[in-house]
Amino acid sequence: MKQNMVLVYSDNKKLTIEMLSKATELGKELKSKIVAVIIGKPDENLAKEYISYGADQVFIAETNLKDFKAEEYADVLAKIVNETKSETILIGSNKNGKELSARLGGILNAGVVVDSSNIYVKNSKLIAERVVYSGNAIAVEQFNSKPAIITVPSKAFDPLKKDDSRKGETTKKKIDAEKSKSKILKVQEMKTEGANVEDAEIIVSCGRGFKNKDDIKLANNLADVLKGKTVGCSRPIAADLKWLSEDHWIGLSGHKVKPRLYIATGISGQIQHIAGMRDSGVIVAINKDPDALIFKSADYGIVGDLYEILPKLTQAVKDKMG
Amino acid sequence: MNIIVCAKQVVDVSEMKVDSSTKKPILQGVPFKISDIDKNAIEEAIKIKEEHGGKITVLTIGKTDAKERIKELLAMGADEGVLVTAPENIDYHMTASLLAGAVKKIGPYEMILCGEASVDMFSGQIGPRLAGLLNIPQITYAQSVSAEKDKVTAERNMGETAVTTESPYPVLITVTKEINEPRLPSLMQILGAANKPINEMAGDSLVSGLKPMVETVDLKGVSMERKNIVYKDDIEESVKQLVDSLAKEGVLGG
Repeated sequence: MKQNMVLVYSDNKKLTIEMLSKATELGKELKSKIVAVIIGKPDENLAKEYISYGADQVFIAETNLKDFKAEEYADVLAKIVNETKSETILIGSNKNGKELSARLGGILNAGVVVDSSNIYVKNSKLIAERVVYSGNAIAVEQFNSKPAIITVPSKAFDPLKKDDSRKGETTKKKIDAEKSKSKILKVQEMKTEGANVEDAEIIVSCGRGFKNKDDIKLANNLADVLKGKTVGCSRPIAADLKWLSEDHWIGLSGHKVKPRLYIATGISGQIQHIAGMRDSGVIVAINKDPDALIFKSADYGIVGDLYEILPKLTQAVKDKMG
Repeated sequence: MNIIVCAKQVVDVSEMKVDSSTKKPILQGVPFKISDIDKNAIEEAIKIKEEHGGKITVLTIGKTDAKERIKELLAMGADEGVLVTAPENIDYHMTASLLAGAVKKIGPYEMILCGEASVDMFSGQIGPRLAGLLNIPQITYAQSVSAEKDKVTAERNMGETAVTTESPYPVLITVTKEINEPRLPSLMQILGAANKPINEMAGDSLVSGLKPMVETVDLKGVSMERKNIVYKDDIEESVKQLVDSLAKEGVLGG
């Protein structure tokens, strides 16, 4: 086994492939090979796919684990880190991945930076930048120890071009996890309307400016003519009023989005909301308060009543697009 | 039931200003508060205590002035405070190690409650790190908790699914902001909190030789360069101008 590997793990295939691209770049700097990890079912085809996307090696940990428990996965992953002698560890930053990496950091006594989409080597130190203070600053975090664990959000990096001629080795090994005393009793689908805001190209988003649940159709209508068909919302609409399910919620604790066009209607522009949509292409704000914070984060804005503006805007877009 | 609640003192981000030339945040003079979600953790602990009895210990790391913040939590209903004094700018590894050291010193416990993340950094590392160091089960992102005599059941908000997990004690649980509405203490409770003990523990007496594994070498400003073109006049005209602009940007259709 080689020394100083860059290890990539996520239970999400797309995220793993995106991370393999960054890992390959880091691997060149660090003179490291890339190992992708699969935990659970030995899926040879998936291993081949990971190799075609940049992995030099795929480590399949055969376990008897059924459902995801961070305690058990962290135990397995810690063993794999030691076995592969990995020094740089990239983990997909979904909810499982975040609690997994933090626990792994605890048991390995390793530094962890979560949610970094800017990772590089400077003066032979690994650096990961992350957004802090609700999107008001970027912390430049430098690792002073190894192994270094970084979680990576989806869509942070473009995957490499798939190359089926790439060669790599696949290692299969049985790894027993120390069983957790916790027990999963039930897994229920959350109430969802399948909004998938993270993949949307155009989003019309609603906030507190809407007076009734039924009025959200005004945003729906605009989204429809924009062929965006996606409606997002700020915290109060999803978390407090529950007028829309949480898959619509955009913000620091909700989803982070980067559509080509983001239209914020009746949203005041709290920093927590801005943190979720700041990377959008063009941002439009509609708000009756000329001093609303949202205008500072917008390219275009209209000051006025959304109940008057939205139907007119919907019609105007329809006319323009023919 | 002995419950330990970890609470972090954070800068109030909503009061934070940004330097207009460097775009860097100005941290000096920004007031401190207890991280919002940690108050949800306290509230949940109080509810459990109301049902099962026991003792709630609030655990914080910070400078001596953090005592004022701990008092707010004692007024809400916690019984005792522990303040671990430590240098500023400690990383998650050091924080979790100090918390683990303090937890061992506090004595037997059934449950540790934390917020899912702090509102300033939003890393969500401390709960799982601490659970890992103590080698106990972790239940993260809990949106409801139901404690019984010898076990606890919690519903976890995993975005697309809600996962119900059960664990014997001891266990560490991190809660979401939606789990409850933290109570406001009454004047009597605020006055009463003055008599509740806050024990100080020196960080280096708990764990010696701790060094940061991750160091924040710079805090960069975020430039939000937007056009900020705002139409304020006639709605009809504003809508027309907006649609023309969006068409020029090439974001309509396709």
